[in-house]
Amino acid sequence: MSDQDISTDLQERVCAAAHQPTAVCIRGGDSKAFYGRTVAGEVLQVGGHRGIINYAPTELVITARAGTPLSELEQALAAHRQMLAFEPPHYGEGATLGGTIACNLSGPRRAWAGAARDFLLGCRLINGKGESLSFGGEVMKNVAGYDVSRLMCGAMGTLGVLLEVSLKVLPRPEAEATLCLQISDSEALGQLHTWARRCLPISASCHDGSELSLRLSGTQGAVDAARKRLGGEAVSDSELFWQRLREQRHAFFHTQKPLWRLSLASDTPPLPLDGKWLYEWGGALRWLISEAPPRMVRAAVEKVGGHATLFRGGDRDGAVFQPLPAGLLKLHRNLKQAFDPHGIFNRGRLYPDL
Amino acid sequence: MNRSVPSQQSASIDKPGLLQALRRLVPDEALLDQREDLRPYECDGLSAYRELPLAVVLPNTLEQVQAVLRLCHGVGVPVVARGAGTGLSGGALPHREGVVLSLAKFSAILDIDADKRLARVQPGVRNLAISQAAQPHGLYYAPDPSSQIACTIGGNVAENSGGVHCLKYGLTVHNIQQLKIITIEGELLTLGGSGLDSPGYDLLALMTGSEGMLGVIAEVTVKLLPIPERAQVILAAFDDIVAAGRAVGDIIAAGIIPAGLEMMDRLAIQAAEDFVHAGYPREAAAILLCEVDGTNEEVSAHILQVREILHAAGASEVRTARDAAERETFWKGRKAAFPAVGRLSPDYYCMDGTIPRKHLPRVLQTIEELSQQYGLAVANVFHAGDGNLHPLILYDANKPGELERTEAFGARILELCVQAGGTITGEHGVGVEKINQMCSQFASGELAQFHAVKAAFDEQGLLNPGKAVPTLHRCAELGAMHVHHGQLPFAELDRF
Repeated sequence: MSDQDISTDLQERVCAAAHQPTAVCIRGGDSKAFYGRTVAGEVLQVGGHRGIINYAPTELVITARAGTPLSELEQALAAHRQMLAFEPPHYGEGATLGGTIACNLSGPRRAWAGAARDFLLGCRLINGKGESLSFGGEVMKNVAGYDVSRLMCGAMGTLGVLLEVSLKVLPRPEAEATLCLQISDSEALGQLHTWARRCLPISASCHDGSELSLRLSGTQGAVDAARKRLGGEAVSDSELFWQRLREQRHAFFHTQKPLWRLSLASDTPPLPLDGKWLYEWGGALRWLISEAPPRMVRAAVEKVGGHATLFRGGDRDGAVFQPLPAGLLKLHRNLKQAFDPHGIFNRGRLYPDL
Repeated sequence: MNRSVPSQQSASIDKPGLLQALRRLVPDEALLDQREDLRPYECDGLSAYRELPLAVVLPNTLEQVQAVLRLCHGVGVPVVARGAGTGLSGGALPHREGVVLSLAKFSAILDIDADKRLARVQPGVRNLAISQAAQPHGLYYAPDPSSQIACTIGGNVAENSGGVHCLKYGLTVHNIQQLKIITIEGELLTLGGSGLDSPGYDLLALMTGSEGMLGVIAEVTVKLLPIPERAQVILAAFDDIVAAGRAVGDIIAAGIIPAGLEMMDRLAIQAAEDFVHAGYPREAAAILLCEVDGTNEEVSAHILQVREILHAAGASEVRTARDAAERETFWKGRKAAFPAVGRLSPDYYCMDGTIPRKHLPRVLQTIEELSQQYGLAVANVFHAGDGNLHPLILYDANKPGELERTEAFGARILELCVQAGGTITGEHGVGVEKINQMCSQFASGELAQFHAVKAAFDEQGLLNPGKAVPTLHRCAELGAMHVHHGQLPFAELDRF
């Protein structure tokens, strides 16, 4: 497929849907159909709206149409030794830029470099009235108007159809290395917190229940010095390890049981929930494979101030995302109304009435 | 001199009734309504705009804040939240028929959690006080606006403040984890969470930089970073400002993200040098200050690389600070640039546009031409790494017409930034100051969407009315005026 601009066509289709109104289900590369709640509606294919519009390596900015494959974007950046520092997971060959932003999914580097939302500079979108609107821009600092672009991150397409996205990009580190330490989950949490208070070039962590893997990124000298300081065994294929983890091809993820994603304070002690655990992000992201009843998982997580997402499997018509307190839910409904007054976009994908 | 204040009309208010009701909610000393007591609140850091409010309330508990908001919501009285009043865009300018809600008494650091690297603070805590409290733990709070001694974290969140370290460490929005806000209806809500993300829409991001229009900031949890093992600064002088701009791109192309990358032009260099004697080369057309930080090994490698790049880019002189004292001296000139320029003329007006860096030469050239045309000198101080320009227009407010000419010149600079693909405000906010330029930055569809977002939080439009987002009517009237400006500069550029 080649680059093309089908924004006019998309806008006409949204206008028609708003006029009816008909529910619309936005689809990019269909790589994340497993994620979120079941959604019904006429499919709006945005994958055809693709192509890099502007890439200025020395400005650290890339702008592309939302249907651009993530892999195409990453290749263009790699040619200039740059990267998307939030290391977005693809979860499938067709993964697009728009879907990545709509889901706000980030990979192993997130706890150190930031999430997708942190790198978003601007976007163009079609709102529920069929208007094509542009927010933010291509510059690093911009406080004109409300931060509508970032609001699209993680909104799961319930507020608008993304047309174009501008992201801040970063240079790839000169060197990377991965260390492996045979320590328990509790020991790993303690160790990670001690290290986090020092100036160390750590860029990813993973504890899979039996060992801690730690990635170092920076100049060759900085990586070498940190390796000496931290000890452990060197892992031979560093890049492949983190890529498999990011894409959930690590052996831990081979399961038919429900997969939970828990977001917690990084120093939360191991939770008393039955199942298999894998920790990332210095302890702030915890994957749990468990058939425990959802209310039990949610109650345990709520107790420590975190939130749980039923990431894969389980009941996709139930509460996939942590239910919101009444006050926040009201603001969510008001915002949905503000962007999508006819309620046409991805109805129920995030919460039942959004 | 007093500028006209936009859009402050509202239904007439029963002042005695309002004061009586407020007195029931807060202690006597926390309510100001006498003219002389209101005077210190009449403006913020943008002193050209002044207005007296009906009253100022200084609550000291969140329950009082909630009660005041509930009352104002019930009787339809505008509320303007205020931190330290250091903002540069008039965001805290009072409403003449409204109440100023000062958060000054909320100045406690509630908790520093060194393990989680978080500080939970009240909104009236000063930016620098956070880093000072974190310092014994080897941690600091990265965003460092130039007013950091005085400005408060609540205001930083409202404005999404930046500083000189943004390119590497981000803005306020990148460095906060949780907010407690109070809605206009008096409801206390928690945005964000104890983890790195939270379910649902990113209201934490939406609230950041919303200029007091969506809610009142009641508590902030900021992220702390380990203090870098080492920081080193290089000063480079250039005979040509274009070459200096190119050197910035060369550093980034080499894969280095400096902690700070600042540029000053000749007028700014000379003003700073005369004021603080930082040892800057007075005859240079531009200087660059490039700071790299991190581990010892990383800094050593980057310093060598940056020196080579600067020489190759044609720097006439490249100096590396030999020690911490010299590093301080190099920075002293930059940090004193605004007051230094202030010594050159009775008044100066600080602009805040951002542009894609590649357009720097053309934008500076046009600013120079406009400077001639308006007969007003400009010193340029520039966060070069992230494209944030701070042209300082020199003027004398006592000369009839000079303020008006300055504002007209400033407006042209901001429009120039928009036409170059940038923005009218990088870090100071829109407030009342740049409300007209919002009409150049956004079309009516975007503005209508902003108003819809505002209504989702504050249906009656009582929080900070008349700021940040212009009415469509106002833009339509301005649009008619703009035709007289004639041709747009940079007509050949793409606009998106």
